[in-house]
Amino acid sequence: MKKKALSLLLACAMTFSLAACGNSGGDTQAPAESTEADSDAEAGGDAETPAAGDGSVFKIGGIGPTTGGASAYGIAVQRGMEIAVEEINAAGGIGGVQIELNFQDDEHDPEKSVNAYNTLKDWGMQVLVGSVTSNPCIAVAEQSYNDNMFQLTPSGTAVKCVQYDNAFRMCFSDPNQGLESAKYIGENGLATKVAVIYDSSDPYSVGIYEAFRAEAANQNIEIVSDAAFTADNKTDFSTAVQGAKNAGAELLYMPFYYTEASLVLAECSKQSYAPLFFGVDGMDGILSVENFDASLAEDLMYMAPFVANSDDEMVKSFVGKYQEKYGEIPNQFAADAYDCVYVVKAAMEEAGVTADMDASAICDAMKTAMTAITFDGITGKGISWEASGEPNKAPLIVQIKGGEGVAL
Amino acid sequence: MKVKALNKNTKNNLITYGMVILAYVVMEILMKAGMVSSLLQGLLVPLCTYVILAVSLNLVVGISGELSLGHAGFMCVGAFASAFFSNYTKEALTVSGLRFFLAILIGAAAAALFGFLIGIPVLRLRGDYLAIVTLAFGEIIKNVINVIFLGHDSKGFHISFKDAFSMNMEPDGEVLINGPQGITGTPHDSSFLIGIILILITLFIVINMVNSRTGRAIMAIRDNRIAAESVGIHITKYKLLAFTVSASLAGVAGVLYAHNLSTLAAQPKNFGYNMSIMILVFVVLGGIGNIRGSIIAAVVLTLLPELLRGLNDYRMLMYAIVLIATMIFTSSPGGQAFRERYSLKALLGQKKQKKEAE
Amino acid sequence: MMGFISYLVNGISLGSVYAIIALGYTMVYGIAKMLNFAHGDVIMIGGFVVFTAVSGMGLPPVIGVLISVVVCTILGMVIERIAYKPLRGASKLAVLITAIGVSYFLQNVALLIYGSNTKSFTSVVSIEPLSLADGAIIISGETIVTILACIVIMIALTSFIKYSKSGRAMLAVSEDSGAAQLMGVNVNATIALTFAIGSALAAIAGVLLCSSYPALTPYTGAMPGIKAFVAAVFGGIGSIPGAFIGGILLGVIEILGKAYISSQLADAIVFAVLIIVLLVKPTGLLGKQIQEKV
Repeated sequence: MKKKALSLLLACAMTFSLAACGNSGGDTQAPAESTEADSDAEAGGDAETPAAGDGSVFKIGGIGPTTGGASAYGIAVQRGMEIAVEEINAAGGIGGVQIELNFQDDEHDPEKSVNAYNTLKDWGMQVLVGSVTSNPCIAVAEQSYNDNMFQLTPSGTAVKCVQYDNAFRMCFSDPNQGLESAKYIGENGLATKVAVIYDSSDPYSVGIYEAFRAEAANQNIEIVSDAAFTADNKTDFSTAVQGAKNAGAELLYMPFYYTEASLVLAECSKQSYAPLFFGVDGMDGILSVENFDASLAEDLMYMAPFVANSDDEMVKSFVGKYQEKYGEIPNQFAADAYDCVYVVKAAMEEAGVTADMDASAICDAMKTAMTAITFDGITGKGISWEASGEPNKAPLIVQIKGGEGVAL
Repeated sequence: MKVKALNKNTKNNLITYGMVILAYVVMEILMKAGMVSSLLQGLLVPLCTYVILAVSLNLVVGISGELSLGHAGFMCVGAFASAFFSNYTKEALTVSGLRFFLAILIGAAAAALFGFLIGIPVLRLRGDYLAIVTLAFGEIIKNVINVIFLGHDSKGFHISFKDAFSMNMEPDGEVLINGPQGITGTPHDSSFLIGIILILITLFIVINMVNSRTGRAIMAIRDNRIAAESVGIHITKYKLLAFTVSASLAGVAGVLYAHNLSTLAAQPKNFGYNMSIMILVFVVLGGIGNIRGSIIAAVVLTLLPELLRGLNDYRMLMYAIVLIATMIFTSSPGGQAFRERYSLKALLGQKKQKKEAE
Repeated sequence: MMGFISYLVNGISLGSVYAIIALGYTMVYGIAKMLNFAHGDVIMIGGFVVFTAVSGMGLPPVIGVLISVVVCTILGMVIERIAYKPLRGASKLAVLITAIGVSYFLQNVALLIYGSNTKSFTSVVSIEPLSLADGAIIISGETIVTILACIVIMIALTSFIKYSKSGRAMLAVSEDSGAAQLMGVNVNATIALTFAIGSALAAIAGVLLCSSYPALTPYTGAMPGIKAFVAAVFGGIGSIPGAFIGGILLGVIEILGKAYISSQLADAIVFAVLIIVLLVKPTGLLGKQIQEKV
């Protein structure tokens, strides 16, 4: 009797859920529309109010983790995109057509990312900006390639993220960053004995480390100590730091994200170890860690596509809007995402697509347009794209001085 | 009397098989009619994966009565073994059906081997100690797979437990398992039809095992170990049998999982203890020992977070609340009393009584 | 040699944090016979409360810690009342799943309130680091405080259970709750008290964890929680000295394993040691051997 009642209950739930599946497309539109309503208000109502539906708006989808351990990065991307979409809509949209944005959570899981992608497809997505993290991005790229959906990832750095012709990226690739940082350290004679700490469970970190190691030999850099940590074991860095200290490393290379970097820096100070610190673009954001003691990061160098306190007008305007809306300084994830939306706009205008075209036709047109455009954004000027999906942009070396990032 | 009981049992099992087949037919018809959203289409194979996982775990938790928290570890073994095979033979074996069939066999065999080896020490322990050791084994599997680097070049296979350089491969070499980055480029061989067939095979194995002499022996051990031992049931043998079969079915689920996504990496999210616990939630919510319940619970709980997407930031919070509320409603003494009073049958009964009174 | 001593000190420091968390785990298990998977997340809440009080409102650290202990104590009792009490008498698995639900709930509440960006925790310890052997070994103030706190808590808890009336009531309930009830022990109140003490310990563990490793996110508590669970089982779940020894050993093994074997396999090593210990002593180092009756 008990089991019967339970299975009846569950069966009811299932029927309900299947029924709900059919109209889930309608539910997900709500948040996107509210974003748009805001922007219309800002524009003073001179932009025509778009009616949701095919052909009257461009539907841009976004995917990234907004819950779970990697949510800091996904949320930054979501916010960066929202600001760009608001600006574009306020200025009259793309060729007079408004943009509608729908951002879905993937929890940093390839399977959930594919679910998010399918949800967006049901909603009628025409262009995809995502996924934020590498492994989910590779899984989604497989689907988007099959559907011939244009995909631009703001921060999927792994080589295979853009292995198909429909996918492009905004950020540097992993090998590119490892190579550039080894070159920079070698050419400027920063150090000859280098210690590396890396996250062996993160493809991003491993990818950079491998390229760094390959180039280090050419640059006369000796790697005296390398220590790996994993996603499950990233609170205690005492052994890694001690190992670097005992090996007498003059420079500590840290190819991972700022969350863990703040712990490594604290541990170094605890052990009175003060080498040069060198990070990669994941380091950007370390000053935004709430309550972080910036003196720990003094003289830290990292590669970044963007500096928040730059004098550039576009950067200033973006940082100002971001701070006003979300009360924090944007990091490179937000910046890359912001640029992504503008790149989509530029490529759409170049390709001359219209809102009533289907995703596949838009993709075909934009694929060629991407290699033709030259883009000036907040993460670089004069960026152009190879057909392989890689951007040509020069990395910036940033050093923290007096609690602020300064471009070198 | 005995015949009637048997009939009821058979009928019950037929309903379970029928339900799966009906679900397949309905979905196929709806898909042909173009009435199924892409989200649901994309979810069909994962749903099959989770159903197999739930049914196989039910064999250990429900039928054998051991709390296992390492089921995702066996899934991980099956996934990696089969994805490695498929990737390695991608060029040589172009018939995808045959290749996938072999991959399934390899995944199942590898997981069964691990289940057997791990089962020998683990099944000596009891209760919560057994739970924590299975959790430990699951984490070890995940952790070790993350440091395996395996490549192939003209000189044969190279393996390293440190990083990809240490393999010293020739330039023409291809890295097959790249440590934490796992295996990428696995052919997309899984399909809904194969998933359904695998579910039916899983059901066939589990249901037949439960209703056989073996199953009765296993349940006797669960209900009273000492009494079972005293009538001459070989405890270790039967426990190990259930554990190994369950592990091998989890391996099959892993094969399905690996061939549905182009990227396979052992992350805490997909093969960690969190996944093991999620499968356990399916089993407990569906009713311990109730095979059909496991299927339904796996389907509902996999769909739930997707259906809650409209809630945005509150999505996972709602999921947690639904989980707690359901557990209290279905399992607490208070909730059970409430259900009995307001269940459909009780309400109908009351009406009947009222009618009779009138 | 100096390196080894340094690693050992770090290991004992990490182990002390595990030990304090494990004490909370083991007490709850001993009395309520349930695996409280949400314990790690109470630690995280404890950390966030101190963060808000000290860094957000500018209160002195001592007050911050006291507020955190009070908040976590109340939180622990509320969780017990709402989520676990209705399930008393239900199957063990049902309670386990509910605990997991509570764990998800706490993580997501923290995510909604504090967001996902890492918060850097200001250490509540202001003791100068100890420098030994001409600076070859540096023992930080946090390490000293953590180890001392762990020893003090262990002693206080043992004497509370041995000598106070409510402590003996706890012992009675853990031995046989039915018989205890017949002897006039208020079982429900005793279980609530256990949760209160366990959660208060979690708050202290949270502060010490975040002082030593100053990054705070909604997911900070999950992994230390699991590790402490392992430590509790290692020492023999239900046994207070066992949790203490298990925690310290686990911390030392983890750090030494990272330093001398492989930093990537540290967790696998910890779990492998646990398995070996359990195979030799199936109820942990100090666990009670249960006699099976027919």
